[in-house]
Amino acid sequence: MNGVHDMGGMQGFGPVRHEKNEPIFHETWEGRVYGIDRSLAAFGKWNIDAWRHHIETLPPADYLKFSYYEKWLAAIEQRVVQYGFLSVEELETGKAAAGFRKATPALTVEVARNYARNIPSAKDPSIAALFRVGQQVRARNINPIGHTRLPRYARGKTGQIIRDHGVYSFPDSSAAGTGSKRQHLYSVRFRAGELWGPAAAPNSYVHLDLWDDYLEFAKS
Amino acid sequence: MDRTRRSFLGTAGLAAAGTVNAQEAAHDHEHQAVPSDPTLRVKALESLLVEKGFVDPAALDALIDRFEHKVGPRNGARVVARAWVDPAYKRRLLADAPSAIAELGFSPYQGEHMVVYENTPKVHNLVVCTLCSCYPWSLLGLPPVWYKSSAYRSRAVIDPAGVLREFGVELTDDVELRVWDSTAEVRYLILPERPVGSEHLSEEALAALVTRDSMVGTAKIAMLQTGEKA
Repeated sequence: MNGVHDMGGMQGFGPVRHEKNEPIFHETWEGRVYGIDRSLAAFGKWNIDAWRHHIETLPPADYLKFSYYEKWLAAIEQRVVQYGFLSVEELETGKAAAGFRKATPALTVEVARNYARNIPSAKDPSIAALFRVGQQVRARNINPIGHTRLPRYARGKTGQIIRDHGVYSFPDSSAAGTGSKRQHLYSVRFRAGELWGPAAAPNSYVHLDLWDDYLEFAKS
Repeated sequence: MDRTRRSFLGTAGLAAAGTVNAQEAAHDHEHQAVPSDPTLRVKALESLLVEKGFVDPAALDALIDRFEHKVGPRNGARVVARAWVDPAYKRRLLADAPSAIAELGFSPYQGEHMVVYENTPKVHNLVVCTLCSCYPWSLLGLPPVWYKSSAYRSRAVIDPAGVLREFGVELTDDVELRVWDSTAEVRYLILPERPVGSEHLSEEALAALVTRDSMVGTAKIAMLQTGEKA
């Protein structure tokens, strides 16, 4: 999706503001949002790609205005309704509907203490790599309407594969719930000049991690 | 533009405030006066989810405690210090980061697959996530606000030298600049240059020098720290 979340290369946001001795959470509610999010994720109703897409599909003006945890909160409020944890009425009134059946938390205290989100091993010899280290590739010029991890600034640009990371779920299909479509993921090096034009520094490079389905062969 | 966190409060005075400090002051004042909207929304959300049995508040406490007190940049600093004092470890770290990191007892928190790159006098590496805020949680903890800001995410790929200058890092023209945009489940940690004059320091003392920002690539490490804390 060509959303505002795809920020690489945008201009006009001003200087990067660095906060000294920054707390982990600026407000108590931010930590609670973090914990609620992880607790609900433990029910396994969405994967990380769908999770990211929930955030990306917030209204663009809200996305730009909200802080990080405000985005999480807004996404959670939508998600709890969409996946049947709470009703709109319950959220609005703050009162649980009469006669509900009490659930069991999916995330126990024990698991929370050492919480980890596992992703499958990247080693899978049964899935062949379509590209090899050293090859020149072009990022496809595609504009998927759903979730994608191919940023706009790299589309149509040519780079070189410098590393094969192994096999990973393909985020576009994974987020859409149409299967993990596991395939090879590569580190692709782009010259800054290829991405940004002749004014870019000659010895500057940007590397992206890109899947087979994002790439096509390019002449070297 | 990174007034975002405060703008939700909807206070006219905040939008007009010119500096971060002024906003902080206005924000703090505001916060003491009335609970912010998110505070109320989160309270309602949490109490409903707890009442209906979906969330255990003690589990929330444990999750929060982990990142407030247990997992943070000190983990990454231990990896860096070990690499500085042990050349064989450094080779393993650069060749196979997950195994080398596991040697020190750290496990991948988000299931991320770590890759480590080394800063040298001739190569400077910088990490960003332009699409969201991917960050090596298991070694650096939760990311700071600047890393998640629109300004950093947009500019780190198109104007990395300018961003570095704002962080006080001036690179000469002969230094190759390598930006790593974390577009997948691979997470990057930068092994900063060991500061000149640190030869006599113990591994523990070296770890204390290593800042969070230096492991993202937005800072260099000096022997005399200038007040920046990880």
